[in-house]
Amino acid sequence: MTRGQINRLKDQAFAYFGIFCTLIGLVILAFFIGNIFYDGMTRIDWDFLTNLPSRKAEKAGILTAWAGSIWIVIFTFLIVVPLGVAAGIYLEEYGKKSKIAELLEVNISNLAGVPSVIYGLLGLEIFGRLFGMGNSILAGSATLALLVLPIVIVATREALKAVPPSIRAASFGLGATKWQTIWYQVLPASFGGILTGVILAISRAVGETAPLIVIGALAYVPFTPSSPMDEFTVLPIQIFNWISRPQHEFSINAAAAIIVLLLITFVMNGIAVYFRNKWQKKINW
Amino acid sequence: MKKTMKTLLFATATILLVSCGGSSEEAATTNELSGSIKIDGSSTVYPITEAIAEEFRAVEPKVKVTIGVSGTGGGFKKFGRGETDISDASRPIKDKEAKICAENNITYVGLTVAYDGLAVLVNPENTWVDYFTVEELNTIWNPSAQNTIMYWDQVREGWPHEELHLFGPGTASGTYDYFSEAICGKKVGTRGDYTASEDDHVLVQGIAGDKNGLGFFGLAYYEENKDKLRLVGVDNGNGAIAPTMETVGNGTYAPLSRPIFIYVNSNAKTRTEVSTFVSFYLDNAAELVKDVGYIPLPSTEYDAEKEKFNNFLNN
Repeated sequence: MTRGQINRLKDQAFAYFGIFCTLIGLVILAFFIGNIFYDGMTRIDWDFLTNLPSRKAEKAGILTAWAGSIWIVIFTFLIVVPLGVAAGIYLEEYGKKSKIAELLEVNISNLAGVPSVIYGLLGLEIFGRLFGMGNSILAGSATLALLVLPIVIVATREALKAVPPSIRAASFGLGATKWQTIWYQVLPASFGGILTGVILAISRAVGETAPLIVIGALAYVPFTPSSPMDEFTVLPIQIFNWISRPQHEFSINAAAAIIVLLLITFVMNGIAVYFRNKWQKKINW
Repeated sequence: MKKTMKTLLFATATILLVSCGGSSEEAATTNELSGSIKIDGSSTVYPITEAIAEEFRAVEPKVKVTIGVSGTGGGFKKFGRGETDISDASRPIKDKEAKICAENNITYVGLTVAYDGLAVLVNPENTWVDYFTVEELNTIWNPSAQNTIMYWDQVREGWPHEELHLFGPGTASGTYDYFSEAICGKKVGTRGDYTASEDDHVLVQGIAGDKNGLGFFGLAYYEENKDKLRLVGVDNGNGAIAPTMETVGNGTYAPLSRPIFIYVNSNAKTRTEVSTFVSFYLDNAAELVKDVGYIPLPSTEYDAEKEKFNNFLNN
């Protein structure tokens, strides 16, 4: 065998290895999803979506859980987006070289690695007790917003970095101020990247259980929330609660609830991807 | 950007409207009682309280009952701050917790609502074990057994020289606390070299798939997995007794049957919805406790608990 043949063989071997690695993740995911769908699909019907929690597995529904999840997602979104994007803009555009900015940067990377239950404790003390929000949706959303804030900040910074310097230069050249440049040129151009970060952040928030249990989200709530100060439960807590029941029927319910949770995440991601694509088409430099 | 924002806002508003639609449907019925009852505490007691709350809703639809699962200890923390009206507990209140209640001027009453039995289980292919004495369980589980008691024949002569594989709940669970205290003594704990899981389904699978397996967990889990596991009786000096509705309910399945409780804040005296709920709890527990896999008290004991509660209200 010539050297060239050997190299080609290695090349091919690596390609197969790459495919193999990719497939491992996909096969396991497909197996899990298949398993969940097999267990839970037949359980999903209108009653399941609109019934209140019940001790009888076949009567129990997830109305309050999915309503709670949606409230939580919306308020987390409303809190985390302005905070995260503004912080990202400051760090990337204004405070780039200062010592404080460096310190902040290190801290943000560290925050991203803190276990979520710690955020729960923080949320319980600060939002729940100090600010008197109790175990309301607002307290839960604020806690989750803190938890996913680093993701949004980092994504915003990366998106801003990706905007070509020539755009900024051109804007400044036409006499725009820094703020005008950021607002009219840089931000619209980086909107897609920022949105991707926000999607990741919200998808993570919707699946969190531990911090919400710590701040006192409940397991049994027989009414849907009607204001941000109401008590709530969310889908992951309902799932966790059902999984820990001895009766097999409850694990079927849990599987069905997992499907609904997956769907909610999927739809949210879909909406965001749609907006992102629509937005990116508009950019024509 | 404006148009996109508008669409986003609209979508948000629609979802909000849809997701709060369910709350008004019960408004038509006319009932005197309203208000809200906050309950938190043990996840062991949760299924019972949930069942009661569900039935209570049919009687008093305007009373909002909410239940959390912070655990017995977490529940008492909130109870001691006056944040909850009722605390679910799988063990009696500790002195430390009672002190906090006293500091915050919170008086309360503890009511027994059901029994829970801890089942000791082996694999169905295990032919040698007929029963365990409490001493034998202690031999197996106490901390000094770690790395020394590794074979069945070390527990009782005549049992085979086969490895002993142990399964049990993790140290954070109330079930573990109860078992280790009943078998090994107070504040001793158990050996650490066993397969621990907070998910009882894992324990069921573990014992069911291992001929030499031995483990313990709540009786309700055995009831759901009778075909995969063999229940072993426990001899506390009066012959081997297997846990059943009867033996757990009358306390003869000792020491592995335990009472479970609710603690009621004295604000029940002025808040009719709370006192009505607790009375409803004691009236219907016998029926509903069985539904969710626990063991009810004898009816005379429910009467006694009711009297205890009424006395508490009138003092």
